[in-house]
Amino acid sequence: MSHLPDQPDPWAFLQSHTSARIARGRTGHSLPTRALLDFQLDHARARDAVYSELERDALLAQLQTVQLPVLPLHSRAADRQQYLQRPDLGRKLNEQSLLHLSGLEDLTGVDLSIVIVDGLSATAINRHAGTVVSRLAEEVRALGWSLAPLCLVEQGRVAIGDEIAHALQAETVVVLIGERPGLTSPDSMGAYLTFHPQPGLTDESRNCISNIRPEGFPYEAAVQKLLYLLTEMKTRRLSGVLLKDEFDDNLLTP
Amino acid sequence: MAYRCTVRNFTYHFDDLKTLLAKATPLRSGDQLAGVAAQTAEERVAAQMALADLPLTTFLNEAVIPYETDEITRLILDTHDADAFAPIKSLTVGELRNYLLADEVDAQTLTRLQPGLTPEMVAAVSKLMRNQDLITVSAKCEVITRFRDTIGLKGRFSTRLQPNHPTDDFRGVAASIVDGLFYGSGDAVIGINPATDHVRTVVRLVDMMDQIRQRFEIPTQTCVLSHITTTLQAIEQGAPVDLMFQSIGGTEAVNSSFGINTALLREGFEATRALKRGTVGQNVMYFETGQGSALSANAHHGVDQQTCEVRAYAVARLFEPLLVNTVVGFIGPEYLYNGKQIIRAGLEDHCCGKLLGLPMGVDICYTNHAEADQDDMDTLLTLLGTAGVTFIMGIPGADDVMLHYQSTSFHDALYLRDLCRLRPAPEFEAWLLRMELMNADGKLMPVKNTHRLLQAAGL
Repeated sequence: MSHLPDQPDPWAFLQSHTSARIARGRTGHSLPTRALLDFQLDHARARDAVYSELERDALLAQLQTVQLPVLPLHSRAADRQQYLQRPDLGRKLNEQSLLHLSGLEDLTGVDLSIVIVDGLSATAINRHAGTVVSRLAEEVRALGWSLAPLCLVEQGRVAIGDEIAHALQAETVVVLIGERPGLTSPDSMGAYLTFHPQPGLTDESRNCISNIRPEGFPYEAAVQKLLYLLTEMKTRRLSGVLLKDEFDDNLLTP
Repeated sequence: MAYRCTVRNFTYHFDDLKTLLAKATPLRSGDQLAGVAAQTAEERVAAQMALADLPLTTFLNEAVIPYETDEITRLILDTHDADAFAPIKSLTVGELRNYLLADEVDAQTLTRLQPGLTPEMVAAVSKLMRNQDLITVSAKCEVITRFRDTIGLKGRFSTRLQPNHPTDDFRGVAASIVDGLFYGSGDAVIGINPATDHVRTVVRLVDMMDQIRQRFEIPTQTCVLSHITTTLQAIEQGAPVDLMFQSIGGTEAVNSSFGINTALLREGFEATRALKRGTVGQNVMYFETGQGSALSANAHHGVDQQTCEVRAYAVARLFEPLLVNTVVGFIGPEYLYNGKQIIRAGLEDHCCGKLLGLPMGVDICYTNHAEADQDDMDTLLTLLGTAGVTFIMGIPGADDVMLHYQSTSFHDALYLRDLCRLRPAPEFEAWLLRMELMNADGKLMPVKNTHRLLQAAGL
């Protein structure tokens, strides 16, 4: 046999219509080697993202421009294995972090707390949080808002932001968190916003912006939408399902 | 009532039936998260021993969720068929396992037994079974359903063609449908999960898929997997709805969280049947389930996730569905942590569904934060092929670009057909031959770039 029986699909031109893995060809009933390895590479990246860790020094360097103290915090989930199996522990701060927060002095109510959480992809935070936080802080300061110290949380879930922002006496909270990695998007960052954050709130109290990354919802669009939602929350004094999102995402894309 | 088992001078106590069932369940993260799992491996086996000695009649006298507060408990007990139960009424759970595995118990015996079995009896016996027992018993069962083709015949196996697209773009959806058809997929259903649950989207997608089906005279059915209330609206607007879809769970409370109850399902069932769109049969319902849904809605009442899952099958069987599938690894590692737990759960759900008379398929799948990969899916796929699974999902490259999880591909289905000598549904097989997509040996044929399927939907 002069060549391997790898049969290309004559409908490959349809690939322009979808990101689905169509027309990948076959050898016998199986995927050709190249398509197989492409898939394995994407899955490997997603797996690495789940086990990635916050690059604290690099993040601190990027966040210097914000000129706020940065508090390193940790959830009650001891490690990734426990984090994955016990989402309840990822929603609460460990003892040391609670002590850290309760030891803070001179807390007076602030307008906004920004909480940065590794979630299911620290890679997403390492790549995108610095830029988004810097730009968001710049914009809200221009509105005259006060900011709580930044918080950098390991092994955290979304709801941990409510506990933190409540302790920091913040009126609103933005939680930036690494989303569950997709096969072709290992670095999507999500943003969850709550008005009057307090422990025990559930998803219906939050608003969400998903897939923040240059190839998804780009930084500047995300910052503008965050500003819109935060301003609406403060004006209407509520968040979540009751806050109708009338922001037109399309206005932002050229 | 309390139960006990003594192992080497230590007596384990189990407060009630649901505790006994939970402690007897093979290890999985969801039961640990719920705080109902056995504390030690020995306690688990002690619970299994106590469960093995339990008379089956116990399940008719003690409910895991009270009759007064849960419509599924009422459904289970009110529809129990004492005549069908008669041959096994004196057995214990352990003896039921022996009975199910016995040579003389065949497909006909099991079919007659179905209305005499309650979900809790079936869940209980499955907890005493090893993977090979689950495979042996499900391979005996035969469940046949019909709409435009015949699904579930021995020696055959079907696929749901799942052409999802992140924005429901018509050409994107059509491209995946064409890809799947070229690979011989879609005899169970061409079923799309819409990105948005709007009635307008649903009507347009249903229309579009029906046009493709009619144009190429494909003997299959189409479905948009929207909420039942949305599909009911689509029917009111005259959309050509073949199948009514709904996700269901095993407690009244989880179904409330889904916005459904059995009365609403009845309404959907009757509205869809009234359309009389089936040609070889009128099984019009398509249900999806999955272990962990009740816990995730905080609606599990302290019942283990596998027992909750099997209770959902009592809801499903009320409506003579064309298809039921368990989306086994979709829910994440806090319910099924790794490949081992996903594989076991897939085999359990398939076996328990078949014993209760359901046309059981499995979405063999995982998310990227589960300790699983495509090798684990290959293992479960192969085991389910030997177990006689009714259908699996067919997704381009196993990568769902809308729901962001990995399932099985068109290639995977071809692998199973080749390996286990399984053929598509007969009407669909004849179509594949007619379209020169498959030859008489069941092998795919090379496709020419002039094939008329490439003219589908304006592509």
